[in-house]
Amino acid sequence: MNLLLVFISAAVVNNYVLTYFLGLCPFVGVSKKLGPAVSMGLATTFVMTMTATVTWLIYYLVLIPLNLEFLQIVSFILVIASLVQLVEMFVRKVSKPLYDALGIYLPLITTNCAILGLALFMVLKEYNFIESIVFGFGAGAGFTLAISIMAGIREQLDIADVPEPFKGAGITMITAGCLALAFMGFAGLI
Amino acid sequence: MTVITILYAILTMGALGALFSVGLSIASKKLSVEEDPRLIEIIDLLPGSNCGACGFAGCAAMAEAILKGDMEPSSCPVANSESIEKISKLLGLEVKEKVRNVAVVLCRGDRKNQKKKAEYIGVESCLAAHLVGGGERACNWGCIGFGDCVDVCPFDAIYMSPDGIPVVDRDKCTGCGKCVEACPRNIIELHPINRNVFVLCKNRDNPRLARSVCSAACISCGICERATGGEGFKVIDNLAVVDYEKYTKEPILPTDKCPTKCIVIVGDPEKEK
Repeated sequence: MNLLLVFISAAVVNNYVLTYFLGLCPFVGVSKKLGPAVSMGLATTFVMTMTATVTWLIYYLVLIPLNLEFLQIVSFILVIASLVQLVEMFVRKVSKPLYDALGIYLPLITTNCAILGLALFMVLKEYNFIESIVFGFGAGAGFTLAISIMAGIREQLDIADVPEPFKGAGITMITAGCLALAFMGFAGLI
Repeated sequence: MTVITILYAILTMGALGALFSVGLSIASKKLSVEEDPRLIEIIDLLPGSNCGACGFAGCAAMAEAILKGDMEPSSCPVANSESIEKISKLLGLEVKEKVRNVAVVLCRGDRKNQKKKAEYIGVESCLAAHLVGGGERACNWGCIGFGDCVDVCPFDAIYMSPDGIPVVDRDKCTGCGKCVEACPRNIIELHPINRNVFVLCKNRDNPRLARSVCSAACISCGICERATGGEGFKVIDNLAVVDYEKYTKEPILPTDKCPTKCIVIVGDPEKEK
């Protein structure tokens, strides 16, 4: 039951994009088409889950015993950068079109603040190992959910009759704001 | 912080870094992607200046497009004909001759010729001066003289003459068009290098006004039009224009007759003076 709460909390109630406003760069950049958006979500989910796993191990098995907690940000960034490299190589090997579609946003997962935020929140909330993995996966699922909804709406917006001054970036921002408002409705859930 | 802590910190970060780098290098071997070896050859043959004049972010992206067949090898505005030929041969394409474009500065309004209208104190940039009042030179069509084009040239092919007018080094110019974009007065144009007759003026004001701001301005007298019988030169909107389609006669005729010497043979230092 506790794990379910951790998952729902990370994915919906404290959604990284729509509640904390972390990771907005890929959220706006790759949400033009549903296909690449879902793939980006999945890549980010993988990186988030792996980051939560590896950073938990490093933090509790290496940094705490050696009293090196002050190294957490540096070591977390090391983990994230390595994992993103791995994902990039993997995506390039498996699907070149997807690699081209994600473009610059794939390496930019490295500097996606949602992922570093996840690792730091994980330490702050003192989750145990299993909870951390679920937390990372939940955060990734939340990111995928948010970016997919956004992409779905933007695909519809392409053929919608948007007033001239709102076209392009304007309507995108308004849509993101409305989505964030909608997600505030989950605030009392847990 | 004790020495031990620092030592531990260094060792820990070193060990973590080593661990991840070993993991990544194994992964890069396992997940390596076979690339078309021709791609690297094309990248090597392109100029590598990453100037962006072809519309792509850099030469690598252009090379990919050439390999796919989306772009012609000759669509790189910077590459010389030799490397274009090599790329075409590499891909088994027909070699297309390309006449190189070079930038031409269509103004002779340097400090000697152009009158001064005001003292300009502000950002030393043509764009800024153009926006606030046109700088200190009097002609509203001509060179402002702060050298935005010189600053933007990635090949050092434009320099300022002592009298403050940009001069294009036709050997170094690759025709990338950066200066054309940078000039707020649109007095720089790209022309094939084999064109050598130009009207070096853009002033479309009436003759009296043009004459009053610059001694080298086109005063639309029409002598060039009459001298060539309308074949080659035409005065349109108070400005002589060369019709390169029809231009067949020897260029000496109108250049000698032009009273303000604004029709010039470029690329021939003797006659340019």
